[in-house]
Amino acid sequence: MRENTPSERLFNGIVKENPTFVLMLGMCPTLAVTTSAINGIGMGLSTTVVLVLSNMLISMLRKIIPDSVRMPAFIVVVASFVTMVQFLLQGFVPSLYNALGIYIPLIVVNCIILGRAESYASKFPVIPSIFDGIGMGLGFTVGLTCIGIVRELVGSGKAFGAQIIPLAGEGKVGYTPITIFILAPGAFLVLACLVALQNKIKANVARKKGAAVPSKADRDEEACAACGMCGGQAKIFATGSEPDKEENIVEEKLEESKSEE
Amino acid sequence: MKTLIIIIVGSALVNNVVLSQFLGICPFLGVSKKVETATGMGGAVVFVITIASFFTGLIYDYILVPLDFTFLNTIVFILVIAALVQFVEMFLKKSIPSLYRALGVYLPLITTNCAVLGVALLNVQKSYNLLQGVVNGFATAVGFLFAITIMAGIREKIEYNNISENWQGTPIVLISACLMAIAFFGFSGLI
Repeated sequence: MRENTPSERLFNGIVKENPTFVLMLGMCPTLAVTTSAINGIGMGLSTTVVLVLSNMLISMLRKIIPDSVRMPAFIVVVASFVTMVQFLLQGFVPSLYNALGIYIPLIVVNCIILGRAESYASKFPVIPSIFDGIGMGLGFTVGLTCIGIVRELVGSGKAFGAQIIPLAGEGKVGYTPITIFILAPGAFLVLACLVALQNKIKANVARKKGAAVPSKADRDEEACAACGMCGGQAKIFATGSEPDKEENIVEEKLEESKSEE
Repeated sequence: MKTLIIIIVGSALVNNVVLSQFLGICPFLGVSKKVETATGMGGAVVFVITIASFFTGLIYDYILVPLDFTFLNTIVFILVIAALVQFVEMFLKKSIPSLYRALGVYLPLITTNCAVLGVALLNVQKSYNLLQGVVNGFATAVGFLFAITIMAGIREKIEYNNISENWQGTPIVLISACLMAIAFFGFSGLI
């Protein structure tokens, strides 16, 4: 497939670099709002709208925004669109607005959006950027919906709000819901299983190709989700094996400040 | 005074920012490898969130409300927080090098920590006054410090365990987080 065509971007976002299952980005909303499939879809689509619009605008402005202030500029663009989406939801879908609550304004700090702005939209023309936004957004929506369906089904026997598995009642044989799955710990549990599954698939693919299977140290490094927002600084701490290095960074910074004086 | 105590217990333990509200998951998973770095990160978060909730509360009460610009709160808060973190870093570097030595490296990581923006927005949503907002911010951040320190302690022990291949790294950390979240449910009887 040719690179940067609309169809390639869609495939890349939904399958190859799926933000939830492959890149593991935007973990806060992934864990918080997936108590039901409907909430997952709602959050996913809201994020998609913000992502497409911000990718479009940032791609249009990519030659105007000076490099040194690009992060604040991106944040303003994203925050404006998030505010718009927030009011649209409040006006037209109040039930979803109430269910998602504070996580709608928090779309601003979702790593996916700033990550795509930084790594794609600020470098490529408008049309591929829009399709990149659609692909990534739909990939995120698919991820959230899948997790939402699992949690809703196990936690209450429902899917999309409809009772799929009949519940056990007085004298009736049925399903007793494992309520913990729609509570906070269930989110961590489902995500843990998901990541373990992903590790297994990755290891199998690597074995088939005859490449090296990721070691324990590699897996520990991945814990930081690689959102790149911190400019790779978290990696220093993630490995944890180089205490001297962080000392050096502090000392370098202190020396810098001294030399500035 | 009574409301303040309820806010402190509620934000630090019952509605723990990481384990029940899922804010600040990235540093919770990324910087919890060693107790030392985890407490450093936690300390920096306490510092920044307390200051940030003071300034965002100030700006909301005295600028946005009188001008009727409350709908701009998301945009204003994120910019204030980003600028504040930069400013605090510069201030510490020049004035209090010892504190900078302890917290400085963690500060840039916090700008995009969703807990900071989350606390600012929650203060507005729950219509706390300035004092309540600052106390809520401080307590929330202390909750983060608790969670990340306990997590780091657990992870240091996990190092010596024999964990099956596919569950190494993130999955086992998430399972530990799940058990911690269940344990923190125990606090819900406090309020």
